[in-house]
Amino acid sequence: MAETRQIDIASPRRHGSSIGQPLTRRDGVLKVTGEARYAADNHPPGMLHAVLAVSSIARGRVRFLDVAAARAHPGVIDVMTPANRPPLALDPDAKLHPFMFRLDLLQNDTVRYAGQAIAVVIAETLESATEAAALLSPRYDTEAASMGLDSADSFIPPTIGVGYPSEAQHGDVEAGLAAAEHRIEAVYETPAQYHNAMEPHAIVAEWDGDRLTVDTPSQGLAWAQDRIAGLFGIPPEKIHIRSPFLGGGFGSKGLISGPQVLGILAARMVGRPVKLVLSRDQMYGPVGHRAPTRQTLRVGADRRGALTAVHHHMRTTTSTFDDFFEPSVQVSHALYASPAIATSAEAVRLDTGTPLFMRAPGEASGSAALESAIDEMALAVSMDPLNFRLRNYAEVEPISGKPFSSKALRECYAQGAARFGWAGRPLAPRQMRDENGLLVGWGLGTAIFPAIMFQGNARAVIRADGIGLVELGAEDMGQGAWTALAQIAADSLGLELAQLEFRAGSSDLPDAGIAGGSGHTATAGMAIHGAGADVVAKLAELAMGDERSPLFGAGNAGVSARGGRLIRRDDESRSESYADILRRAGVAEIEGRGSSAADPAAQNAYSLHAHGAVFAEVKVDPDLGQVRATRLVGAFAAGTIINPRLVRSQYYGGMVWGVSFALHEQAVVDHRSGRVMNSNMSEYHVPVNVDVPPLEAILVEESDPHVNALGIKGVGEIGITGAAGAIANAVCHATGVRVCRFSITLEQ
Amino acid sequence: MSLSISLTINGVQRKVELEDPRVTLLDLLRERLDLTGTKKGCDRGQCGACTVLLDGRRINSCLVLAISQDGAEVLTVEGLAQGGELHPVQATFIDHDALQCGFCTPGQIMSAVGLIQEGHAGDDPERVREGMSGNLCRCGAYRGITEAVLEAQRRLVQTARKAAA
Repeated sequence: MAETRQIDIASPRRHGSSIGQPLTRRDGVLKVTGEARYAADNHPPGMLHAVLAVSSIARGRVRFLDVAAARAHPGVIDVMTPANRPPLALDPDAKLHPFMFRLDLLQNDTVRYAGQAIAVVIAETLESATEAAALLSPRYDTEAASMGLDSADSFIPPTIGVGYPSEAQHGDVEAGLAAAEHRIEAVYETPAQYHNAMEPHAIVAEWDGDRLTVDTPSQGLAWAQDRIAGLFGIPPEKIHIRSPFLGGGFGSKGLISGPQVLGILAARMVGRPVKLVLSRDQMYGPVGHRAPTRQTLRVGADRRGALTAVHHHMRTTTSTFDDFFEPSVQVSHALYASPAIATSAEAVRLDTGTPLFMRAPGEASGSAALESAIDEMALAVSMDPLNFRLRNYAEVEPISGKPFSSKALRECYAQGAARFGWAGRPLAPRQMRDENGLLVGWGLGTAIFPAIMFQGNARAVIRADGIGLVELGAEDMGQGAWTALAQIAADSLGLELAQLEFRAGSSDLPDAGIAGGSGHTATAGMAIHGAGADVVAKLAELAMGDERSPLFGAGNAGVSARGGRLIRRDDESRSESYADILRRAGVAEIEGRGSSAADPAAQNAYSLHAHGAVFAEVKVDPDLGQVRATRLVGAFAAGTIINPRLVRSQYYGGMVWGVSFALHEQAVVDHRSGRVMNSNMSEYHVPVNVDVPPLEAILVEESDPHVNALGIKGVGEIGITGAAGAIANAVCHATGVRVCRFSITLEQ
Repeated sequence: MSLSISLTINGVQRKVELEDPRVTLLDLLRERLDLTGTKKGCDRGQCGACTVLLDGRRINSCLVLAISQDGAEVLTVEGLAQGGELHPVQATFIDHDALQCGFCTPGQIMSAVGLIQEGHAGDDPERVREGMSGNLCRCGAYRGITEAVLEAQRRLVQTARKAAA
């Protein structure tokens, strides 16, 4: 194996002056002092409180609302129902493009899922609005709800995820299975999951004539602005969305949701600023979820343990009125080499809210199933799970035959295994016990996530005093964008961070694309990189064309930008500060623009993915069946690492989501009422501090010359992939029992 | 109906007119006193985002009716830093990257301050993890949180020793 290297946070490799440095969060002080202002922390003068009333049935019609009782409650200003809701310019059920999701905005009295808004009460105080909403005492015409993966006839969705084909094939799977020495067929189920960002969706909306100002958390400012503009029939530039901090998003704040728009409608109706904040249980309906899946894997391997065929089929759910299909099978396209791979999908329509992107949509659920199946096959052929994965290591992307732009997965396996102490793991299950007699198991999962880029724009300026400004409508939901993007910005302008002003999180800045798909650092970063380069080129032109400048005539040798100065490449003793260049030219400031998008040539030529390996230890009580994750080591290679401290935190967070996926979270749905029965934070289990085992994340060095000029792949979601499967595999290794339904609980 | 109570909030005594007995301590802080550092994540005492110290004890302020606390002393995240200097728990949260989105952070920090004052956890990571388990963090910053609490505890012990010496 080649020499393996990792990024040490104590002494990181610097790629530029700022890029690569493990800086602490620039917004850290604001966040630890309580000064960071989230949407619901705003309180414009004259503001009223709006509270949703939501449906307790999943299908039917609202027959009666006691609006009179609600109105009569002290402090109530108005009650918005389908009868008096202000008009919209666009039907909330219109779908003009695949990412325009249908919204419930009181367009009629139909109920299509539990938790759908059926009225909005607006009052002077939160207490009045809350109590008056309860006084509405709705009565319904109830119809039987369709719930669960088997409750309706399935159909083949036209596409899955974000426009992927629902069927894909390479080679002849049936022939591969027929020729296999070992065959397994396994069915895995993953439950409905809800994002449960700590910050409930919130909006403070204020109209001034036809101008609208909103404070609301958004992972996609420009998309939100366009959506609101379309619904209200006003130009986007009349809408100002401020989203300086998001209290977590995980996909649920990628698109503006119905309740957020209802807050805007309420403000329009009463002519005063309105705040609307969802209660926790109201987040289990209109703001998206990860749909449940049932995945069938048919896998064949030859005598030596080489895969001969992989067939990955999924069945999932969407709502009765819109389309989003959790693309679980995509993961099988890129992970393990096999001469034959086929993936297919089917779906059923349920009386639920529409599912949406949730951290690693498709990869999380698909990886949990695929990694389990790979582990089952390793056991069937009596190979160590790591050796089995190395035997089937994909040197090119299996489904397409394209080379990988870069792939340091072997190094991830090696470094992770060494740190974890994988060597010496007994092959057979149920062989290890700890000093207290608990069963101990070790499991492995491979992590993978595509390197995605969206379209983004940025603006950069050098001012007369030599200070730089970079601004763009980027979003920080906790991933650390304010810090990482500022590091890129400083380097792009050849400035130290202290010489830089960085602005983001507002819709009146250049559209920087959506913070999602682990693509934001690459997208926004490359736009910044372009804007900075544009400014530096203009400065260089000014200086090199001016005979009074020490840079005059640098010509083809050119200049580089560093520390607020341009420096001749052929003679570093000759340099000039930005401030001096501007002063002599009599220019107040120089502006540059940059834009970014995925490079179609790179996409055509290469498979673009980040990779990793997650090693897990679990302990299982042999009498009680109680499962605890006790140790987790992940090693990840994701191209250029802008800030290793924050990237490590992203990996930890992803791995905690993996623990949660494997052992904790699932929505429990009552099939009769169609309601989520555990729609709160005590019964919808997410890990608490004591549930999380000691974590280690190794940052494996990788340089990628193709993915984009900065070599950035993205780190936000990969940590959840691999981890869930690793834990499931460790449970099987501890107990000899393969639990095929997530989350793994002791009764199984 | 207007009811008047007196509260000492972050060291400042305040007379608060309450027009409504339904107001929780959390909503009083957030909606009426513009102390929005304390967050509402569930309003049911399940997530810990609204943790404050009430008469020195950490509590979920969403579960407390303000009217019932006449004369009480409340410490919120806004009252921790003294003269522009961060409290050791605040400083170590930044150093250990014990936060991502930051929404649970004020509650985590107040819970940590309370835990350290209670004196039960000491330097045992397991007890710190247990003692901090009433505060959910969906971003998964738990490793950093535990490290930050342990280091803050060490710093506070050192400071106390120096003061005693």
